[in-house]
Amino acid sequence: MTQPLQVKTMAEYAASGEMPEVLFWIGCMGSFDDRARKITKAFVRILNKANVKFAVLGQEESCTGDPARRAGNEFLFQMQAMQNITILNGYGVKRIVTACPHCFNTVKNEYPVLGGQYEVMHHTQFINALIKEGRIKVEGGSFKGKRITFHDPCYLGRGNGEYEAPREVLLKLDAALVEMKRSKEKGLCCGAGGAQMWKEAEKGDKEVNVERTEEAVGTGAKIIAAGCPFCNTMLTDGVKAVGGEGKVVVKDIAELIAEAGEL
Amino acid sequence: MSIASIIFLLVFAAAVWWFTRNVRRIRRNILLGRDVDRTDRRDERWALMAKVALGQSKMVVRPVAGLLHIVVYAGFVIINIEVLEIIIDGIFGTHRVFSFLGGFYDFLIGSFEFLALLTWVACAIFLIRRFVLRIKRFWSREMTAWPRTDAGLILTFEILLMSAFLLMNAADHTLQGMGSEHYISAGAFPVSAVLAGWLDFGSIDAATLIGIERFCWWFHIIGILGFLNYLPYSKHFHILLAFPNVWYSKLKPKTEMSEMPRVAAEVKSMLDPSIPPPPPPAEPAPGMPAEHFGAKDVFDLTWKSLMDAYTCTECGRCTSVCPANLTGKLLSPRKIVMDTRDRLEEVGHVIDSKGKWEDDGKDLFSRISEEELWACTTCNACTQACPVNIDPVEIILDMRRYLVMEQSKPSPSLNAMFTTIENNGAAWAFGPDKRMDWMKE
Repeated sequence: MTQPLQVKTMAEYAASGEMPEVLFWIGCMGSFDDRARKITKAFVRILNKANVKFAVLGQEESCTGDPARRAGNEFLFQMQAMQNITILNGYGVKRIVTACPHCFNTVKNEYPVLGGQYEVMHHTQFINALIKEGRIKVEGGSFKGKRITFHDPCYLGRGNGEYEAPREVLLKLDAALVEMKRSKEKGLCCGAGGAQMWKEAEKGDKEVNVERTEEAVGTGAKIIAAGCPFCNTMLTDGVKAVGGEGKVVVKDIAELIAEAGEL
Repeated sequence: MSIASIIFLLVFAAAVWWFTRNVRRIRRNILLGRDVDRTDRRDERWALMAKVALGQSKMVVRPVAGLLHIVVYAGFVIINIEVLEIIIDGIFGTHRVFSFLGGFYDFLIGSFEFLALLTWVACAIFLIRRFVLRIKRFWSREMTAWPRTDAGLILTFEILLMSAFLLMNAADHTLQGMGSEHYISAGAFPVSAVLAGWLDFGSIDAATLIGIERFCWWFHIIGILGFLNYLPYSKHFHILLAFPNVWYSKLKPKTEMSEMPRVAAEVKSMLDPSIPPPPPPAEPAPGMPAEHFGAKDVFDLTWKSLMDAYTCTECGRCTSVCPANLTGKLLSPRKIVMDTRDRLEEVGHVIDSKGKWEDDGKDLFSRISEEELWACTTCNACTQACPVNIDPVEIILDMRRYLVMEQSKPSPSLNAMFTTIENNGAAWAFGPDKRMDWMKE
């Protein structure tokens, strides 16, 4: 916590005629949600520690359009997408990393056909690459031997087939990784996707996040690792609902790595 | 040509004719859907079909049901080689025309017998699971009287067919032993020999045995032809459509939504006035409904969604992993697919009876409620679970598009989200100037 965060915008890079190696797409959750902002900061600390030359869009970033599209509003999605693509292409952005699987999915899969072609990585993939390249060193620290369970974000796992990068990073913590019965391809949703985050759930006999949190807590893990700001919120609420507050914490993988390295 | 041969030929021709007619009808119905190109990456598609449809790779995710299904599937496919012989014998009045294969023939018949027995047992277990153990996914809301009856009929029928096959062989085997004329000694009968012993066929006179053999032979072949013609009316049609349906799978990432090129062209032109707006949509073919944004009726879904609907065999694996359904919500992906099929059948009946499509005042929303559509989290657990790569999410999202873009009827609080994205470029009510506030804390 000692080092101030080093963050430059794309506009600043452009003004100095430089190109960053990657653009960090923060997303609306990472920008505005109190809980998710902590993830943003943790990831920035990792990037700083690894001396990654990265940029953010700052005020020029705008919603990818994911929730509008899943809620059926294709016009709004297209407006957002095309404005974002104009800005990204204007700066000649080639590589993007994001801590949000929904932004990740949209920019990676849905922007190319609209003229936005970038190499897009999820932050767990990026962190994993940094570790493999030796740019950061991770030791277990306070997490050594702790039981951690990982909740697969649907838009990263089933959606885009990435199950291993987050687990490989977690294993670097020397933690005891315990799997829920419903994991990887069979992972259960947190309940937030498909624009559910912005609406009340339909009538039922249980909340999806409670169903999932019970399963996570049932593994005996004291830490539920997440890789998505939406999942993080849903599971954090879930922990409160099942009376696990103070006993079980929900942490993003970036937060775990930053904490382990005392960044 | 004997009278028996003539009767056989007539029955056979009628069965093929009726089946062809129904298959063409289903094909026509599927092609009522919107076009989508699913012919790219052919090598990948063949490999996927070999693995998922032929190889049943997604069935065995649930080992008990998966292995039993493979037994029935293998039994069905392999025993149908025997049907080829039955057809030739039927037409020419021969008996066991392939018996010249000698030892190999013995091996074939012997294997068929084991498979028939295994299939019999597997079907019995399936019946027990469904109607005695009453496994939950076979008894949920959309499993109304007909879907339950359909499943029961299929399993019972398969048991009867296998029984007839084994009884026929038992009688044949006994007659061979008696040196009965016509019943040349051919084939190996590891299962039916035991069956013949149990039923004490040895003590029955030859004429009665011939009667049993002939009855079972006719029952078996007419049963198979009847079963074939039952398929187009049943969920069991999946045995045929599973293969093309997997071949035409969505190969893109599961969470990538389908494109709407028209909307994209319009928005492009709005944002850049130098780009001309797209031409208005082509007039629909005479008698066909106009194009919609999103899906109001089956015409607005892609033909692949319609093929999905006919491929569904109502196993319910999708619904059993759906987070909305697991937590008591109304949404069931299986119901979405079944409703789509039932609506498509309804549309097909209108076209059959009127000679062309006439608006019947109904559409997909007559069957699928908004409450169901808005409960989906788009998590794709259903598409992952489907053993034949059916995609209920695409139907749900296409219907949401219609609700929002043509009806302006999103789930209530979603309008607020739309507005804040429009005004602030953010999904919450924070302006762009607040985007970097996290740095200050």
